[in-house]
Amino acid sequence: MAVELEIKDQNREVELFVGRATTLFVLVVLLLGVLMLRFLDLQFWEHDTYKSRSDKNRIQVQTLAPARGMIFDRDGKLLADNQNAASLALVADRLADVDGTLTLLVKLLELSSDQKAVLHKRLQSNRRPDAPLIVVESLTEAQVARLAVNRHQLSGVEVINRLVRFYPYGEVAAHAVGSVRRMTVDDMLAVDPVQYSATTFIGKRGVEAFYEGRLHGEVGYQKVESDAHGRVRRTLDVQSPSPGKDLRLHLDIELQKASAAALGERRGAIVAIDPRSGGVLALVSQPAYDPNVFVSGMTASDFSDLSTSAYVPLFNRAVNGQYAPGSTFKPIVGLAGIGAGVTTWDQAIEDRGAFQLSGQERVYRDWSWTKDDSGGQGMVDLRRAIYRSSNVYFYDLASRMAIEDLVGFAAEFGLGRNLVADIPSASVGLLPDPAWKQGFKDLPWYPGDSVNMGIGQGDLLVTPMQMALVASVIANRGGLKPPRMVADAGEGKDEGTNQVTAQTARQIGAEVLGSDDWEKMVRSMEDVVHRGNQGFRGNGTAWAYIGRDIDYRMAGKSGTAQVVEIRQGEEYEEEELSEFDRKHAWFIAFAPADKPTIALAVLVENGGGGSSVAAPVARAVVDAHMRLQRDREASSQSLEVARR
Amino acid sequence: MSTTDFQRTLSPYDSAASGVRRWYFRLHIDPLLVILLTVVVIYGSVVLRSAVDGNEALFANQVQRLGLAYLALVVAAQIPPHLYLRLAPLFYLSGLIFLLLVLFAGVTVKGSQRWLDIPGVFRFQPSELMKLAVPMAVAWYLQRRSLPPSLKHTGICLVIIAVPSLLIGRQPDLGTSILVFGAGFAVLLLAGLSWRWVIGAVLAICATAPLLWQFVLEGYQRQRILTLFNPESDPLGAGWNIIQSTTAIGSGGLFGKGLFEGSQGYLDFLPEARTDFIVAVIGEELGFAGVAFLLTMYLLIIARGLWLAAQAGSTFVRLLAGAFVLTFFIYLFVNVAMVSGILPVVGVPLPLVSYGGTSAITLMAGFGVIMSVRTHKAW
Repeated sequence: MAVELEIKDQNREVELFVGRATTLFVLVVLLLGVLMLRFLDLQFWEHDTYKSRSDKNRIQVQTLAPARGMIFDRDGKLLADNQNAASLALVADRLADVDGTLTLLVKLLELSSDQKAVLHKRLQSNRRPDAPLIVVESLTEAQVARLAVNRHQLSGVEVINRLVRFYPYGEVAAHAVGSVRRMTVDDMLAVDPVQYSATTFIGKRGVEAFYEGRLHGEVGYQKVESDAHGRVRRTLDVQSPSPGKDLRLHLDIELQKASAAALGERRGAIVAIDPRSGGVLALVSQPAYDPNVFVSGMTASDFSDLSTSAYVPLFNRAVNGQYAPGSTFKPIVGLAGIGAGVTTWDQAIEDRGAFQLSGQERVYRDWSWTKDDSGGQGMVDLRRAIYRSSNVYFYDLASRMAIEDLVGFAAEFGLGRNLVADIPSASVGLLPDPAWKQGFKDLPWYPGDSVNMGIGQGDLLVTPMQMALVASVIANRGGLKPPRMVADAGEGKDEGTNQVTAQTARQIGAEVLGSDDWEKMVRSMEDVVHRGNQGFRGNGTAWAYIGRDIDYRMAGKSGTAQVVEIRQGEEYEEEELSEFDRKHAWFIAFAPADKPTIALAVLVENGGGGSSVAAPVARAVVDAHMRLQRDREASSQSLEVARR
Repeated sequence: MSTTDFQRTLSPYDSAASGVRRWYFRLHIDPLLVILLTVVVIYGSVVLRSAVDGNEALFANQVQRLGLAYLALVVAAQIPPHLYLRLAPLFYLSGLIFLLLVLFAGVTVKGSQRWLDIPGVFRFQPSELMKLAVPMAVAWYLQRRSLPPSLKHTGICLVIIAVPSLLIGRQPDLGTSILVFGAGFAVLLLAGLSWRWVIGAVLAICATAPLLWQFVLEGYQRQRILTLFNPESDPLGAGWNIIQSTTAIGSGGLFGKGLFEGSQGYLDFLPEARTDFIVAVIGEELGFAGVAFLLTMYLLIIARGLWLAAQAGSTFVRLLAGAFVLTFFIYLFVNVAMVSGILPVVGVPLPLVSYGGTSAITLMAGFGVIMSVRTHKAW
């Protein structure tokens, strides 16, 4: 039996093999059948599912950001432009190795540690992992080249060419034009998410913010076929974005430059308005900032310098700075007194340098008051009270007037309200009245409050914009034109004009003031600048500083606003006060006095005397305006000649 | 009396060849099998041409390798089967030595140590060699035993199979390990291994599956199996391959998007489109029709191969030829099942179609052996 193992029965083995082979072949057929069923399942029964999945893989709808509308000044000079920038974007979904890619990028681009931090932060707050997220705003050509060379190692990294905002005038026009900022999550919630799906910057300040709707434009789309690495292979279909509409401002950039130069290094604001149209010709707030840094990106330390500086460069003093108007308020008090019948142009009182309400201890002093009681302006009527800026006259006048008459009249000039058509964020200041005082201070209105208001002090607060409007109203002899930045108002109402200023131009105090009252006030204010060589206490307050060599007629009013209260019996000693406690210098003016083409307010923060500090600034601005107007006329005449 | 002598007189070839001995008999080539193989090779080249996406150098490279593969087929067909029988143990042992060398001195590519680099000469995968050597060794062992094999011989055969399979699994190269094991096991099945034992072993494996899961499988292998059941759990990582390949196949529909029109492959969504996942390219560009055609061709090759094996004159030759054919089937089944998402992802190319030289050469050499079985006089 042992040998049986060695004897091989070939026939039986062949049969065994054939049997096995047949069985296994059947198994093969069955298993191939399973595969066939699987393919039928995928390719027939579930075909539609996979077809759409494949299309979704391959076809992507990309949104195309519209080009933002450009902003021009009155002469067509470009204030806000769009420039090409190569930006670095990451598609989070397609980053195979996030840390590795970032390390490589940092090495290739030689990013600073600040830029690195920004990059990580943006990646973390990414809203769409499937869409390119811009992490470095502008790349240099060398950086773009290095990225191109290393492209194979950088799946999910894209260089995107796009248009970014550029402000050619930088700091000079920053507060006038405003600026755009990178959109935040909150911004995204406030806008149409479809229209803004490709937009990274939104108008955040000034004109850029208010006219966002017109400047933005409409989003476009393109269908692209892109590969697994997120690179676009071809474009299938494009619906171009429609660019935003351009804006033309009333702003005169040359005047703006001259205004900024006139203010120099000092803190303050200038607002110049064309009284005929209400158009804002210049709007300066200093110190300012370079709006381009919000676009090109800035380091954290740059930003904290900007936002925490004691001089608040981001703060728009021209429309948001609120100060006591000081003596620049006096023309309003005077006209209110005339209108209320409390005084006449001929009525005069004696100014001995101090004023007391009957039966009260407190002494209200004139600016010319001295400790030895030798101050005072002598006999003053309204005209003299304006050009000499007599405090005592206006103490007396205000104390004799019903507070409602004064406040009501002042309100017509736009004090306590924002009448600017297209700067909704402009501050309203504070026009106190008995109801306000009761509500806020829980105190009744004392006669002393009226006295203080008579010289523009007390709780009264105004912005330079409001005072420029006051100057403009007087220049127009009572005609109020709401100020506005943009010249072409646009047919569409989509931007929604400021509700508060929906009112149109109107005449102030028409029932109580005649045109000669306005004319007399203009003459009084001309005296402030032009009345000179009249001996002791006979000259306009500003004459010595700006009136000697002026070749046009300018009407003005100086103001010097106290920041801290000077105790009874003490004199104001500038040296003893800290920088931020010194007086604010004001000057409001318009010119030419007879047919004004410019009305302005100048504020120099903690600058000192209105006549000595603010008036020369105003003079420089108006000089520049006159020169620019002459140039404009000359060039339009030569154009006319050429046309003939 | 020797049964082989008896068989030789009965050999159908002699009677068939008694009149005209055709050229392909002299070349020891089976024309039908060569035609079937060539149809698959041409079909595969056309698809590969699309999958290489304009990379002419790659395509030329593959054409060159296919030429080599045909050469291997012809050479292997010339060698008389008894030479294989004699060489089988040597072949197997040297294969084992190479595998050990790989473990200690191999070249690591993509995290697996599979390659043996003989500087200045060539670089090859010894595991590829074992796809031929293991079934040869098992067939060689069973040649001298009576069939069906006893428990003892079955055990010895399993050791012959398991040692190289485990060595290859250590590289790690699960795909080749499975193929080598399958090739050896196919011999046992063809030799008449009791179905009861087979079923028992399958049940035993199922019963110990939790232990295997816990202690034998590597983390990434477990992940692959999990991914199979739920590719969406990690769509960008482990599930990516399977999602993209089923998407490619499914989007092809019944007749496909057309050659060179497959977006999944062209746009790089499909990974390994020209190697392991090329059947997805066929599915996408040529649709169900294209896949069905290929599978039909494969089935015909298997049928012809098994028929040829059945004609062989000795147990060794029959088992060897039959095992090659079944290995070929395991190849294609594992690949197609993996790409269509019914088996976990293991690195197995689609026979004769996927880009890559070694597997095409091994397979063609295997078919050469099968042909040699038929046309050499049995012994």
